[in-house]
Amino acid sequence: MVALLFLMRWIWIDKFLEFKSGQSAVALKNVTLAEEHLHDHFPGFPVMPECLMIEAMAQTAGILVGESRKFEEKVILAKIKKAVFHHYVRPGDTITIHAEMESIAPEAASTNGQIRRGDDLIAEISLMFSHIDKNLAGKEFPEENFVFTDMFNSLLTGFIADNKTEQTG
Amino acid sequence: MAMSRDEIFDQVREVLVDALGLDDDEVTEEATLMGDLGAESIDFLDIVFRLEKAFGIKVPREELLPAESLLTNPDYVSNGKLTDKGLAELKAKMPHTDFSDFEADPDVNKLMDLFTVQSIVNFVEAKLA
Repeated sequence: MVALLFLMRWIWIDKFLEFKSGQSAVALKNVTLAEEHLHDHFPGFPVMPECLMIEAMAQTAGILVGESRKFEEKVILAKIKKAVFHHYVRPGDTITIHAEMESIAPEAASTNGQIRRGDDLIAEISLMFSHIDKNLAGKEFPEENFVFTDMFNSLLTGFIADNKTEQTG
Repeated sequence: MAMSRDEIFDQVREVLVDALGLDDDEVTEEATLMGDLGAESIDFLDIVFRLEKAFGIKVPREELLPAESLLTNPDYVSNGKLTDKGLAELKAKMPHTDFSDFEADPDVNKLMDLFTVQSIVNFVEAKLA
């Protein structure tokens, strides 16, 4: 749980290609053998771990969800509704992460998405995000939005008109 | 054309099977969502989203899950049980729910047992009416 709470402390996507506020987003990630976990996963046969494809989707879709509420909510990954993988992703591959908003409410949001390499469908991943302040009644979280730090802010530069949301952390 | 109760049940079952990863036959009218079907809190929101989509209805969360706001009010809860006032309030807010067992011992820990497949079917039926 703690790891999920700090979702945005590290960035696992390289840039956005498209960002339609409240609707959809497309992000890109280049996969490189310089990523050390690929040396162990697996020796002699490096492939991107599926859990890290889910992370890439969680970041792409999580930013889509967060931006639609002007980053006022602490958005955390709450449920993996679907994760189906069709192909390996290898070092040197460029993958695109396509996320679409399915539903959003004051407490939560759900998204659908695909990961593609060129025209090949690599994975289908549907997620649910919780706006934690609205869900865990009685539990206190820090006032500042520790989920969305300014580290990722540059990712959105040029995609949304007002990119000067309050960021801390 | 209005949906029959059986049609509503079938669709509710499909929603629950998809949201909770169940087999068709696990979803009976009497099954409790948390106890029998293993739903967790985030699953309720997932179910709400899916119901809205499946039936084309709007489901304000406090309508389907009104218990949350009651629990923090000392007029409604005393010593871990709902007071008469609390019970009356809950009944008014959850007309689609069967309270017969709960009334005998309105322990807040048993509140979640009120959420059965049947209560969801009743809720949707009332919404579509």
